[in-house]
Amino acid sequence: MMRKLSGVVLAVVGAFAVGGLALHRHEPINSLWMVTAAVCCYLLGYRFYAAWIATRVLLVDRSRATPAERLNNGRDFVPTHRAIVFGHHFAAIAGPGPLVGPTLAAQFGYLPGTLWILVGAVVGGCVQDMTILLLSTRRDGRSLGQMARDELGPLGGFAALIGTLLILIVLAAVLGLVVVNAMKHSPWATSTVSATIPVAILVGLYLRLWRPGRVLEGSLIGVTLVVLGVLAGGWIDHQPTLRTWFDYAALPLAGAVVVYVWLAATLPVWLLLAPRDYLSTFLKLGIVAMLAIAIVVTHPQIRMPAVTQFIDGSGPLFGGKVFPFVFITIACGAISGFHALVSSGTTPKLITNEADVRLVGYGSMALESFVAIMAMIAATLLDPGVYFAINSGAGVVGSAPEIAVHTISGWGFPVTVEQMRSLAAAMGEQTLFARTGGAPSLAVGMASIFGNSFGRGLLAVWYHFAIMFEVVFILTTLDAGTRVGRFILQDLLGHAWAPLGRTSWYPSVLFASTLLVGAWGYFLYVGVIDPNGGVNILWPLFGIANQMLAAIALSVATGIIIKSGRRRYALVTLVPLAWLAVVTSTAAWQKITSPDPHIGFLAAAADLAAKLATGALTAERAAVAPQLIFNQRLDAALTMLFTALLWLVILDMARVCLRRVRGLPLRSSSEAAYRESRLPGTALAGN
Amino acid sequence: MRRAANLLRAPGHGLHSLWERVRVLWHGLRTATGDDAYERYCAHQRRHHPHEPLMSRRVFCAEATGRKWNGVSRCC
Repeated sequence: MMRKLSGVVLAVVGAFAVGGLALHRHEPINSLWMVTAAVCCYLLGYRFYAAWIATRVLLVDRSRATPAERLNNGRDFVPTHRAIVFGHHFAAIAGPGPLVGPTLAAQFGYLPGTLWILVGAVVGGCVQDMTILLLSTRRDGRSLGQMARDELGPLGGFAALIGTLLILIVLAAVLGLVVVNAMKHSPWATSTVSATIPVAILVGLYLRLWRPGRVLEGSLIGVTLVVLGVLAGGWIDHQPTLRTWFDYAALPLAGAVVVYVWLAATLPVWLLLAPRDYLSTFLKLGIVAMLAIAIVVTHPQIRMPAVTQFIDGSGPLFGGKVFPFVFITIACGAISGFHALVSSGTTPKLITNEADVRLVGYGSMALESFVAIMAMIAATLLDPGVYFAINSGAGVVGSAPEIAVHTISGWGFPVTVEQMRSLAAAMGEQTLFARTGGAPSLAVGMASIFGNSFGRGLLAVWYHFAIMFEVVFILTTLDAGTRVGRFILQDLLGHAWAPLGRTSWYPSVLFASTLLVGAWGYFLYVGVIDPNGGVNILWPLFGIANQMLAAIALSVATGIIIKSGRRRYALVTLVPLAWLAVVTSTAAWQKITSPDPHIGFLAAAADLAAKLATGALTAERAAVAPQLIFNQRLDAALTMLFTALLWLVILDMARVCLRRVRGLPLRSSSEAAYRESRLPGTALAGN
Repeated sequence: MRRAANLLRAPGHGLHSLWERVRVLWHGLRTATGDDAYERYCAHQRRHHPHEPLMSRRVFCAEATGRKWNGVSRCC
């Protein structure tokens, strides 16, 4: 009775908050509306939809022994309390995507992005994560690629593998670009981030040689040193000669990021990658909690309009109409194919009871989506004029501050050079114009939230703390992503020449790492030399790739559900799959064929080629134009490849389903046989 | 661990139970971060394979780190 009553109360409050958000116009709205709407949506989704899916669609069986119990070896297969698995899983899926995506999508106004974050997570992302987690748990923790191969066929498995490799390359390039733009000509940020490398190595040595496995001690030392590094960076910034050692343009910084990640990917993991991950996980969880508290305490007003004129496709951050591009841009905060890789890896080996997948799979993604809502709040509480001045590339609004503010004010978002100058001074930066990539504007938003709740005098420290947090976070994803990509590449290369497939043979490690880092380093390089900022090209490409991977995961899930004979329940994964297929295909189609050079890759290449031929470009731009033209064409080819892979998997899934409907023979299910759980308390009814 | 979580919810009596709760939280934190992974491994081996030799702490931790980073353990 109480459960039903609280459900009704949640539904009423949630409907009120979502309605308030959607209908509110022409005056600032408070961010608490967004927080309330989000929390109600997640709780309702978790309590009703997730519970229904678990019992009716996935047939979660509390009495069935999980691989953690059956294969318990005290090492990777370990039955673990669900609260702890939740923590592990959330720490694994939470990356920089939900911070950057909503920041960029805010160019459409706060409403389109917020609605998709909520709807996409509740009926898409959370469902995908929970379903893949259960399917993998039933198959002894097999990976998405293996499940695709086992259940659909070699074609589906191969497409999933190639898709993963490509998404890793694009992801690394765009995240590298975000890092570069956050650090360029900022001695404070660059010195702070540089300091995290020796700190990570120190923690690595501590955990390996001096106090093996004492994770808490090592992390505490590391986090303290990193925070001191932020303060030291402020001191360095005030030293006239010292600061020049850390003052770099974008190109040398990009080179440094490439060399650093190559080292991190080839050095032993315990030295740099693993200890950096401990630091970034602690910072990440701490900052997410701090941000949530600060937003509730200060409940700032949202200054961005609900919907801006840029829904027509003329946005300065990236081109394209609100449909389909808001869905591509939000990416991980609503649904992320990458999560399917984590949900079918480490996590299933820790699940004590099948019933835990609701909290771990659905719950973690709901929390991740809430992080995206907080990023949206941090972006939209800024003056819209300031937001556009920070996030628009110099090629769009002009490189001189006077011209940029004139252009942006002309859009109806007033901003002055003086306002930007004093904001930059308050944040301890020289300029905040054209700091594309989302990280600086997010850091300004976070600094103003933290400044209002934990001390306003420290704005510059908060800003650089936020930048350091974002960069450390991103570098961990880059390191780990490059490593995973290297494994996939070695797996593929092993087919050509067997020794190349050996993941511990050093020549092969060096060769595959160089190949992979070179591939994303190329895209990073082009992004850096692109006067429009590069993010406008790379982020949509990443969004398409990520949503494509989600569609592949949902295809595998749909195929398995239909194979198991519960056809009518397949809509649970089929509806988000159909939506993603429509969204990614439309976006890909527009990115390839649109005649608007602002949107279409080929149109942009043709436009640039025409300008180059008629001599309409400045000498500086003419020098890089041939590379940009080639790159735009390459991006078009890559988008075609993504779309082809997506439809390959969908058709493979449809083939399997059709055989099932016609009663033709199929690959047998790869599910592990039922064994009754002997753990105490697992057969209890209810949840 | 399930017992530990129940302890957190149980109504307490004075200092003794406060101490108990701090202890439970501390254990939860250690498990969540992997700080006590080696102790849990030792306990597992003692219970299920008492005659097999135990790995040293250093070897166990090195192996655990290698295993963790051989798959997808971080996301975007």
